Order: sequence, then C-alpha cells, then structure tokens
Amino acid sequence: MLQVQDLTTSYGPVKALDGVSFEAPRGKITAVLGANGAGKTTLLRTVSGLIRPARGAAYLEGADLTRTPAEAMPGLGLSHVPEGRGVITELTVEENLRLGGLARADRSRPADLERVYTLFPVLSDRRRALAHVLSGGERQMLVIGRALMATPKVLLLDEPSLGLAPRIVAQIFDLLRGLVESDGLTVVLVEQNARSALSIADFGVVLNLGRLIVHDDAATLAADEKLRHAYLGF
Amino acid sequence: MQQFLTTALTGLTLGMVYAAFALALVLIWRSTRIVNFAQAPMAMITTYVALVVIDAGYSYWIGFAVALVAGLVLGAVVERVVVRPVEGKSEINAVILTLGLFIVIHALAAVIFGSRYRSFPAPFGLRGFQVGDLNLAITGFGIFTIVAVLVVMALLVALFRLTDLGLMMRASAFNAEVARLLGVKVGRMLTLGWALAALVGSLAGLLIAGGSLVHPSYMDSVVVYGFVAAVLGGLDSPAGAVVGGLLLGVSLSFVSGYVGSELVALAALVILMLVLLLRPGGLFSHAAERRV
Repeated sequence: MLQVQDLTTSYGPVKALDGVSFEAPRGKITAVLGANGAGKTTLLRTVSGLIRPARGAAYLEGADLTRTPAEAMPGLGLSHVPEGRGVITELTVEENLRLGGLARADRSRPADLERVYTLFPVLSDRRRALAHVLSGGERQMLVIGRALMATPKVLLLDEPSLGLAPRIVAQIFDLLRGLVESDGLTVVLVEQNARSALSIADFGVVLNLGRLIVHDDAATLAADEKLRHAYLGF
Repeated sequence: MQQFLTTALTGLTLGMVYAAFALALVLIWRSTRIVNFAQAPMAMITTYVALVVIDAGYSYWIGFAVALVAGLVLGAVVERVVVRPVEGKSEINAVILTLGLFIVIHALAAVIFGSRYRSFPAPFGLRGFQVGDLNLAITGFGIFTIVAVLVVMALLVALFRLTDLGLMMRASAFNAEVARLLGVKVGRMLTLGWALAALVGSLAGLLIAGGSLVHPSYMDSVVVYGFVAAVLGGLDSPAGAVVGGLLLGVSLSFVSGYVGSELVALAALVILMLVLLLRPGGLFSHAAERRV
C-alpha cells in the first residue's frame, strides 16, 4: 500500500534518514520503533511532503508522495497526525473536525461528523467547546477523528501515546485496531512505547540513527529479546 | 453637556476608523507575525485611486468601490511579490520590507499625484444634527463612517465564523503546518488575508479622507493610532482591535476636547506605554485571547 524506497533525508550534513525501504501493507498496522533521534518523525514528515528527501521516494498507489506538496496528501488518501497532536486549540471541537473533511471533493458530510461522534462520544458532548479545554486523551481522539473525516486510505500517526495514561493509550489503540479491521485502514504508527505498539501492530520496523535495523512481524520482534534490549527498551 | 456629547460622538466616529485600521494590522499580524507598516501608504494610494475615479466624473460610490477593490488587489500583490519571497525567514525581514514599501509607495504617490493637498468629497452632509436645543456633533458622514465599519466587520465575522473558507483561513493563521497537512492551501489563505486586511485599511483611508484633505502622508498618523489600538486589544484579537480602536478614539477625543488638541499624539504614546508596562498582552489578554 505505502512503499518507502531508499528514503534519505538530511538536515545539513546530518542524515536523519539513511536509505530506508519498507512497505506498509493494506489493512495492517505497521509500527515504526526506535529510540529518540532514530528518524521516526523525520520518516513521517518526509513521506507526507513536509520535508524534501535527498534521495528515494514513497509511493501510495503509484503516486510519489515525496514530490507532492503536503497540502495535496489528504486528496491522495493520506492523513498525517503530527507529533504533539496538532489540535488547533483556538478552534472548537467541531471546527477541528470539519476542517478534516474540507480536503475531500464532496466536503464533509454531516454523516461523517456523526460517525466520528459515535466513535468518540466524549467529543460529541463538547462540540461547541474550544479544543483548548480538552484533556490529552481527548485531544488525541480529536486528531484521529479529524484525520478520519478525510476518509484516508493510509493514516500516519506520530506518537499518539505521548503523555497519556496507559488506560487511555489502551483505549485509543483498541479503537485503531477496530478501524483497521472494520474499514481496511492502513496505519503507520510511530511509537516510543514499543511494547504497547507491538501489541496492536501487525508488523514492526526498527530504526536506529536513521537506518533500518529490521522489518518483521510484530510478534517476532516482540519475542526477540536481544533486539528488545538493544533498541526497544523493554 | 453639549461639549461632552460632542466630544464623545467625535471620539466614537474616530474610534471606528482606528478600529478598522487596527483590524487591518491584526489580520496580518495574527497570521504572519508581521506588523505591516505599509498599511498606511497602501490605504493612501487607494484613496487617490478613488479620487482619480471621482475626478473623472464618476460618482463618489463608484470611486469608493473601485478603491476597495484596489485595496484588495494591492494587498494580494504585496503578499505575493514582496512578502512571499522572504516567507520562512525571520519575520524582521518582512517587517523591514514593509517599511521599505512605505517609502516606495509614498514616493510613487508624490510622483504620480503630486504632493499638494487635495480635497476629497463626502457623500453625506458634514453638518451636525439638531435635537431640541442640543447640537449633536454627529454628522451624516459620521453615521456613514460608523455604519460602514460595522458592516465590514460583520461581513468579516460572518466570513470567518460561518464559511469553510473562513475556517481554513483561521486554521492557517493558528497553525499553518497542521492546516497544510489537512489539505488547506495555506499560501492562498495568506494572500487572501493580506487582501482582506488591505481592503479594511483602504476603508479606513477613505473614511478619514471623506470631506477632508488628502496628501501622500495624510494616513501616517493613523498608522500610529491604529497600532496603539491594536496593541490595546492585544494584537492577536480582531475583537480586541475593535474595542481598542473605540477606546482610543474616545480617549483621544476627550484629551483633545478637555485638555488640548496639541496633546493628542502624546496621549496616544502615553496610552501605548501604559499598556505595554501594565498589560503587555493587551487589555483582553486573558478574556479574549485569540478569539475572532
């Protein structure tokens, strides 16, 4: 579904991403793991067109994403939820959601809003409230809901568990799993929290200092004690 | 009583114009963190455009409409041609460019239109109304000024609050990267923001010019008052800019009426200093922060 080929991104002389290739298959969750500075966020930012790569490409159904401006991504079926959640706190909950649906040709239909509200009843209670008042978990639900408004084929999620209580993380991951199974959504999940991520992912990619170390089944990675100690911290 | 009413009404009318001008500054500031110093000469040049149209024999209203459209176009052109090339670099670059533009437009106006004073017509009477034995200082043109600014503000609020386009503009202003990832063409929103700001600035220019004299630097003091009004309101808040403009207009009118008109500019600077010392975030830094 999403093919990353030989992707290399440099910040000046530093290669943040060095020749990374893998494929995230359709209807599966691929977890991208690794320590701080491994290049996980850079990978997502390069795939979604926020940074130009020095070399390589990323393909979604044949279209090269790295040669496409970021604002064209939702139209191609890719939604990127950036690190730090990306809630626009000055807008209301419903305005954030509506914004997510605007990129589509048919614009956001009320039915989609209702679907997101059904998925996340907490948001439904706060439609008119400024997103500013939401808790961390609610913000994460809001940005996932907002990304779903564009009915993406591929969802890139950057550290959704960051700063959230384990119970909330479990809730959000369950919901993601459900979406993948019901809608056939393809998810690329960047996580520091490798243990939780591998528990819901189908596949895992481990990065270290910009290079791909291993790409395998999530269960295989979770069972590899050496790898866990060396790169995953559990 | 007579003097009090006169002073208050004059202040209200003037305040509306400051509010419009402050709003023009705020619209640009909150989406780009640039104080557009060229706002005054941009408004000045569009007023001259109106004057040319009116002098050519067309009605005041045609001149008025042409000037507003000219403002819209000029704002878009300035963003595309002058500001866009330094986008992404330090904001100070763009601010210095707007200062340069200030000088360039001034010089151009003097070359094209001459630097002598020219009178600018008003579409309504300039004499006050008589109510009983009170002679109200509010003129037909004063009422038009207030109504025109209110209408433009209501239209802006409707645009920002009720339309998808307004939602995309606000999203671009608050968080450009997230807006871009959601498919908003942020560059276009910025251009539109500059265009709308210049239109509001042009409106202020036309309203100040009405029934008065224009000159290449007739707007220059307004940029100071507009800036003070914008800072009063917190620079980030369009609603704050409007309240700031009204407060400033009324305060300065009272200074002029009761203390001495020579102290008006000084009073504006004292107000600016007090705000920066006591409430640097503006009068509404908590209550109305970043609301449209």
